[in-house]
Amino acid sequence: MTYVGIVLVSHSEKVTDGLKEIIREVIEDVPVESAGGMEDGLIGTSVDKITTAIRQADQGRGVLIFYDLGSAKMNTDLAIELADLQEEVELVEAPLIEGAYVGAVEASIGRDMTEILASIHASFPKIEIG
Amino acid sequence: MIWKEVDIVSWMDKTNEKIQANKSELTILDRNIGDGDHGINMSRGFQKIVDQLQETNYSSVSAVLKDVAMLMIRHIGGASGPLYGTAFLRLSLATENIQTIDTTTLAKGFHAATAGIKQRGKAKSGEKTLIDVWSPVTKYMNDTEEINPTKLVQVAELAMENTEDMLAKKGRAAYLKERSIGHIDPGAMSSYLLFQSLAEVLEGGSTT
Repeated sequence: MTYVGIVLVSHSEKVTDGLKEIIREVIEDVPVESAGGMEDGLIGTSVDKITTAIRQADQGRGVLIFYDLGSAKMNTDLAIELADLQEEVELVEAPLIEGAYVGAVEASIGRDMTEILASIHASFPKIEIG
Repeated sequence: MIWKEVDIVSWMDKTNEKIQANKSELTILDRNIGDGDHGINMSRGFQKIVDQLQETNYSSVSAVLKDVAMLMIRHIGGASGPLYGTAFLRLSLATENIQTIDTTTLAKGFHAATAGIKQRGKAKSGEKTLIDVWSPVTKYMNDTEEINPTKLVQVAELAMENTEDMLAKKGRAAYLKERSIGHIDPGAMSSYLLFQSLAEVLEGGSTT
């Protein structure tokens, strides 16, 4: 069975690693990739790390990306543009932790991108992230 | 002037010299209204750019610009990395597969680059960002018959100074609201240095 993949982007590697641990407590099969921090572990986001994570999370059913703050979004947009991927990749406007958790649960029961996005948007009213 | 690979390298060399010379000025400006890392980020990023350009042989202007874009994305960091990187990606795209790159081609490239920054940062003119320099400079380049280097610097300088009275709407400076007024935007200043260097290359004319 294949799943929609999940990519986690934060300025801190510890945040995305920790979030992945939380998700793995209950969901084992869905691809979840942690792409927080820069290459050297410093605070920030890395286009290369995000691109690699998207490729690894992709099983052919699309990838959902969750992020924390402003420049994480810009770097994720860039990663999507540069990766020139065949599959659908969506940046999700939802709180990073709660949104990714709901996304992973929905993905684990075999839902597709559209269904998962609808479910996330129903769970979280649209918010503006600085 | 016909733009060759060496002219882009020279543009980046000149920009790097100015960024390094104004590193603390950029830091002070960013400390006023941001997180104070613009000087350090730009200085680190541009040093990487000039080092890499020196070591590499390029077969087209577009290839140099693409490499500059990727180095910006990888090494500048913060919000400036993806914004400058996007601008240079668009410049690279606008010059791709074009044999003779004259200043008109480059001006069109700057138009695409400015649109790219706006798209990436979800920002527009008047929000106290680097767009407030890129936009008027691009307009001057595309409206004029022949780009005058002195005039180009004047347009960029005035545009940078105009950000002083603006209220920040984007990035960390936006949290300061009215307190962001009275300081030049650091991104506007680094963009001014970039265009000042471009004007110097234009002034010097073709190297080949």
